[in-house]
Amino acid sequence: MEYNLQIPVSKEEIKKLHVGDILYISGTVFTARDEAHKIMLETDVKNIPFKPKDMALFHCGPLMKKEGEKWQVVSAGPTTSSRMEIFEDEFISKFGTNLIIGKGGMGKKTLESLKKYHGVYTSYTGGAGALAAERIYEVESVHWLEELGMPEAVWVFKVKNFGPLVVSMDSHGKSIYS
Amino acid sequence: MSDSLVDGIVELIKKAETELPKDVIQALRKAKKIEDGIALTQIDTILQNIDLAKKKKRPMCQDTGIQTFFVNIGINYPKIKELKEIIIKGVKKATGEIPIRPNTVDPFTGKNHQDNTGDHIPYITWNFIDGSDVFITAFPKGGGSENMSKLGMLKPGVGIEGFKDFVVDEVIKTGGQPCPPTVVGVGIGGGADLSLKLGKIALLRPVGSRNKDKNIAEIELELISRINKGGKGPMGLGGKTTVLDVHIEKAHRHPASLPVGIVIQCWANRRAKMVIHCDGSWEVE
Repeated sequence: MEYNLQIPVSKEEIKKLHVGDILYISGTVFTARDEAHKIMLETDVKNIPFKPKDMALFHCGPLMKKEGEKWQVVSAGPTTSSRMEIFEDEFISKFGTNLIIGKGGMGKKTLESLKKYHGVYTSYTGGAGALAAERIYEVESVHWLEELGMPEAVWVFKVKNFGPLVVSMDSHGKSIYS
Repeated sequence: MSDSLVDGIVELIKKAETELPKDVIQALRKAKKIEDGIALTQIDTILQNIDLAKKKKRPMCQDTGIQTFFVNIGINYPKIKELKEIIIKGVKKATGEIPIRPNTVDPFTGKNHQDNTGDHIPYITWNFIDGSDVFITAFPKGGGSENMSKLGMLKPGVGIEGFKDFVVDEVIKTGGQPCPPTVVGVGIGGGADLSLKLGKIALLRPVGSRNKDKNIAEIELELISRINKGGKGPMGLGGKTTVLDVHIEKAHRHPASLPVGIVIQCWANRRAKMVIHCDGSWEVE
C-alpha cells in the first residue's frame, strides 16, 4: 500500500501501516544523530527548544549552506540508523516519537519500543541526498550547532511529499531486516 | 602557489561529488532491469538522485566523505614540493565553495576542524612514476560504508575456499548498512594494513572490470553471484542486487598469515580523475 501522511501521524494511522508499505510524508521533521540523541536524553523535555512529539525523527547529518542569514539544504539523505540503537528505546518513550526515518534498520530494543508505543521505522534510500533536499522546502531552526557542528546538530525541516519511505519496522512487531 | 591548480583540485572534488562514473551508472541501470517491488523503488530513487545531482551540480550524498586522493606523480614534475599543499588548499576551498560537509573530527576532543582537513587528512597515497605529469584520482569515502570494513587474519589452512566463505559471510552480514548495491574491494595477502589498503585500491577499478589473472577473475564472479544469492538487495530491503561488483587484489603473504581486508563502497562509488602537466595546465575527466 502507498500512503500520503501528514505529520504528526495519529496512533490509528500508525496501526494501519505494515512492513512493505510506501509512505510520502508532509509536515515537520527534525534530524538527530548520535550526539543529538545523547544531548536530548540528558535534557528535560520542557527545556527542549522545539516539539519533537509533533515531528518525525530523521537520522540525518545534512550538508547545509548559509546564504545571507538563511540556511539552505544542499544534500540530506539518511545516516546509518544502527548507531542510534543504544539510545532509541529511551528516546521513543521520552519524546513520544512515532515515525523514524533512517537507513539500514534497527535492532530488537527499538522494535519492541515501536510495538509498545505505536510507532514505525521507515527506510529512505541511503545516499539519495540531492533528491531528499528537493523535498525540504524550509529550514525552520537549528539547535546545538555551535557545540555539535553541522552534521551532528539538530535541524528542523519542513517537508512536502518526502519519500519514498519504506515501512521496514512496524508497530506490530514485524521487521523487514529480521 | 598556483591558484589555477588549487581551482583544479576544487573542480576535481566537485566532479567526484556530483557526477558518478559511467561504469557505475551502467551497472545500476542493469540492476533496474532485473529488480521489482521495493528493490526497484530503491534503484529508481538512486538513479533519479544521480540525475538531479549532476543537473544541479550538488553533492549526490550529504556524506561527502573523507577526502581521499591517489596520486601518481612524475619524478620530473616541477612543483613536486608544492603539490601536497595545493591539494590541502583545494580541499579547504572546496568545503565552502561546492560545498562539501565538514567531515573531520578530532577523535579525542570531538571538535570538527570545519574545513575537511586535519591530522593525516586529506588522506593522500603517493606513487612515484617516470615523466613530468601528475595523475590524481579523487575518491571521497563515506563513513557508512567505511564502517563496514573488515579485517580477517585467517588461518592459512582454511585455504581459498575459507577465504571465499569469509568474504561472502561478512558482506551479507552488513545487510543494508553500507548502502547497497555496493562495490566490494578485497585485498588478500601482505599484512594487516596492506590487505586493507589493497581492498581500497581494488575499488578504484571500473565496475565490470576483472582481475587480469583469470583464476582470480573467476573467483570475483563467484563471489558476486554468491553474495547476490543471499538476497539482501538494494538498501538491505530484499532483492537480487546486493553488490554491483567484487574486485580482488593480492600481495604475497607470510607463510603463517592469510590476511583478508574487505573494504566496501556504497553505490555512490565516487571517483574522478585529473591530469596535471609540467607546464601547470590541467584537465579533469
